[in-house]
Amino acid sequence: MDATAKLAILADAAKYDASCSSSGGVKRDSRASGGIGSTEGMGICHAYAPDGRCISLLKILLTNFCIYDCVYCINRRSSNVQRARFSVQEIVDLTLNFYKRNYIEGLFLSSGIIRNADYTMEQLTLVAKTLRSVHRFGGYIHLKTIPDAAPELIEEAGRWADRLSINIELPTETGLQRLAPEKNLRDIRAAMGTLRLAIEESKEEKRKTPKAPRFAPAGQSTQMIVGADAATDRDVLVTSSNLYNNYRLRRVYYSAFSPIPDASKALPLVSPPLVREHRLYQADWLLRFYGFTVDDIAPAQSAQANLDLDVDPKTAWALRHREQFPVDLNSATRETLLRVPGLGVKTVDRLIELRRHKRLRFDDLTRLRVATRKVAPFVITLDHHPRRDSESSTLRNELLSRPQQADLFA
Amino acid sequence: MSGAHDLVAVRLHDGVDFDEWRQRARELLRAGVAPERVSWRCDADDDLFATTDVASLPTVAAGTTVPRDFLSLAERVLAHRDARRHALLYRLLWRLTHGEPQLLRIVTDDDVMRARAWEKSVRRDLHKMKAFVRFREVRYDDRASVFVAWFEPEHFIVERVAPFFVRRFAGMHWSILTPDRAAHWDGESLRFDAGASREQAPDGDALEALWRQYYTSIFNPARLKVKAMKSEMPMKYWKNLPEASLIPQLIREAQPRAQAMVQAAPTTPRKRMTTPAPPAQDVATADSLQQIRRQAQDCRQCELYRPATQTVFGEGPADAEIMLIGEQPGDHEDLAGRPFIGPAGRLLNQALEEIGLDRKQLYVTNTVKHFKFEPQGKFRLHKRASASEQGACRAWLEAELARVQPRRIVCLGGMAASAMFGSEFRLLQERGQWRTLAEGRQAFATVHPSYLLRLPDERDREQAYRHFVRDLSLLVQNR
Repeated sequence: MDATAKLAILADAAKYDASCSSSGGVKRDSRASGGIGSTEGMGICHAYAPDGRCISLLKILLTNFCIYDCVYCINRRSSNVQRARFSVQEIVDLTLNFYKRNYIEGLFLSSGIIRNADYTMEQLTLVAKTLRSVHRFGGYIHLKTIPDAAPELIEEAGRWADRLSINIELPTETGLQRLAPEKNLRDIRAAMGTLRLAIEESKEEKRKTPKAPRFAPAGQSTQMIVGADAATDRDVLVTSSNLYNNYRLRRVYYSAFSPIPDASKALPLVSPPLVREHRLYQADWLLRFYGFTVDDIAPAQSAQANLDLDVDPKTAWALRHREQFPVDLNSATRETLLRVPGLGVKTVDRLIELRRHKRLRFDDLTRLRVATRKVAPFVITLDHHPRRDSESSTLRNELLSRPQQADLFA
Repeated sequence: MSGAHDLVAVRLHDGVDFDEWRQRARELLRAGVAPERVSWRCDADDDLFATTDVASLPTVAAGTTVPRDFLSLAERVLAHRDARRHALLYRLLWRLTHGEPQLLRIVTDDDVMRARAWEKSVRRDLHKMKAFVRFREVRYDDRASVFVAWFEPEHFIVERVAPFFVRRFAGMHWSILTPDRAAHWDGESLRFDAGASREQAPDGDALEALWRQYYTSIFNPARLKVKAMKSEMPMKYWKNLPEASLIPQLIREAQPRAQAMVQAAPTTPRKRMTTPAPPAQDVATADSLQQIRRQAQDCRQCELYRPATQTVFGEGPADAEIMLIGEQPGDHEDLAGRPFIGPAGRLLNQALEEIGLDRKQLYVTNTVKHFKFEPQGKFRLHKRASASEQGACRAWLEAELARVQPRRIVCLGGMAASAMFGSEFRLLQERGQWRTLAEGRQAFATVHPSYLLRLPDERDREQAYRHFVRDLSLLVQNR
């Protein structure tokens, strides 16, 4: 099989991993080493595919042979998909050749499990090691980590990689047992715990002795498949906020379960729940940057355990808490402003800066390009006082985002 | 000489050069020339008017300082292609130095908004150039390959972005050609020269076929989001991206492909793949402590297992003579799955060392085996396990005692003490005294090392630590 044919199979098999982030690493450049490759904190998206996803890294599998049988996965051992395997050298060459042409920021390497966890982890690590030590490659490297690989192997992986990730796969343990029977939540969480300790220890060491070796300086992340099991959005968010808190993950990626060629009988295919995925990302942001809790966003009452697909989660929260609005933009605290629908972190900080110098008028919002239709019912400015008496249901209808048409190429 | 109302025509040799603009602006400011009177021209402009020698204008105002963020704003705005940029920047400078020192904070002011918008546009162009330059390799028989790119930036950004490519591709020889400027790196120095034309750049590279294959394969036809793609990768850049010509076809075929996948009946596996053998079962002769340790990993007797990482079981020799029983694991212990390895564990180790005991000889465990916590910001705050949670965990402690059969036991903290001596036990009054338990075991209690860590006053802490060590030293006396 030639390189193009392998690439077709092994990139296709890798596309269900949502992450393509190349951010958050250390600053590094190639002037001292005379090699190639740099990372400057902010990753770069070198292309976008028509699915709207960024292409930043060469995202491929070492092989799609796998001894596991996860129902949702295109590479499960019972799938009829065509199999291929790259050699370590082939991946190294492909990465360097793509990088030199400025197609990519680096490599995101994952793999089906072949022989056993240790052997697979060793192969992944060998790619990273070869790139770094033989080719002085300074670009970004993200390695998928296999939870039950030996600790020494994971330690070695962390020396060469910028980021490590272990997929949590599904929001609940029941889901995992049903759909990924060979994976074990306990192992996954214990491995994330080990990574957090190693990442924090190496940062501590680095503070004391700058020459100490690094360990995954861009931290760890994970991915959860949404829509393959019966988990509610509340289940999803409880799990992510626990993971952020326990293991200080940089990101939890949500991946709407997407049709795959050669589906399993156990998991009939439907169109991927893209709106739900989008709402979960919005909710995730509210948890991390806006001071919301899971109980705010998806309260335990069964009727609200799933996010409203028609309005964003912040607006939905505001509609449930009309008593806290309208908010006076000239006097409210930052925490309160962050809870106003339509105001993002950047806008809030600008408003706070601006109101030191002048009293805010509604026109200032227009000038800051705020979605005024959305914000208007919830805020007071010098010259704007919304009616308080409108029913939440009426308001909700007014705020409804226009129905999404299927996006067709003109 | 010019009067206070005459127009002043300023000629710039290079409309993108920040130092030159700054010099002229400084002179204009010194001469008190209001922005309405200035007409800015670049060499490239067709110009019929005479220009003023700005440096010779009389000084009417002292030099003033301008905020640092204006300088960085100006530097970026100067790279914008709009010919009005010099005038806009001078107007901002004038206003900043004539009664509006806070002007840049008024983000809704017309001039500030326009400058910020232009700055943003330049920033975006810089970013997109870093992203969308595509090198093509030109091979030579007698020297290293040169990687050449043709790119059409929206603004005058080649000089500003070139250092990025140096940092990234120091070990290559490369050239980036644009209509305005060209940048060249030979592995040692960066050189700029005049604009080039597309024909001067190579028209292909063997690797592009692979790259186009990658682009095709990484696209998921079941999630078509064309608008999102176009907003991040605007069509104006497409003509120089080797992958972009694939886009229309990928979009056309996406829906039929996705539909076909959904409609295709699930298949049965073509060949029987063998199920991997389950991990070897423990041999019956295995240490029975090991077996309960493994059973404890699956414990769900109370709700504490849900948010925690794992059961933190005791560790140490299965025939240890001494067992230390703490309260419950903390943040570190939960992550590593081992007892007493966090700050309290380090203090315990220190105390044991002082009295000459090797921790490796002891069996160290906790009364409750799961970490109980409350999330607070980035941290997990320790919470005391309730009576029912302590009760639920009791069986594991009993099992450890039954397997290890320690002759002597130390309870660290009130929770362990009440588990061993009953809830009537008063730790602060009764600490440091041997008691006899069932089967003739000897046991005493002392404080938990984390109690020492929580004392705010350093002298109290030192004193309490000495007391703690004194209690522990019971282990090495009267043997």
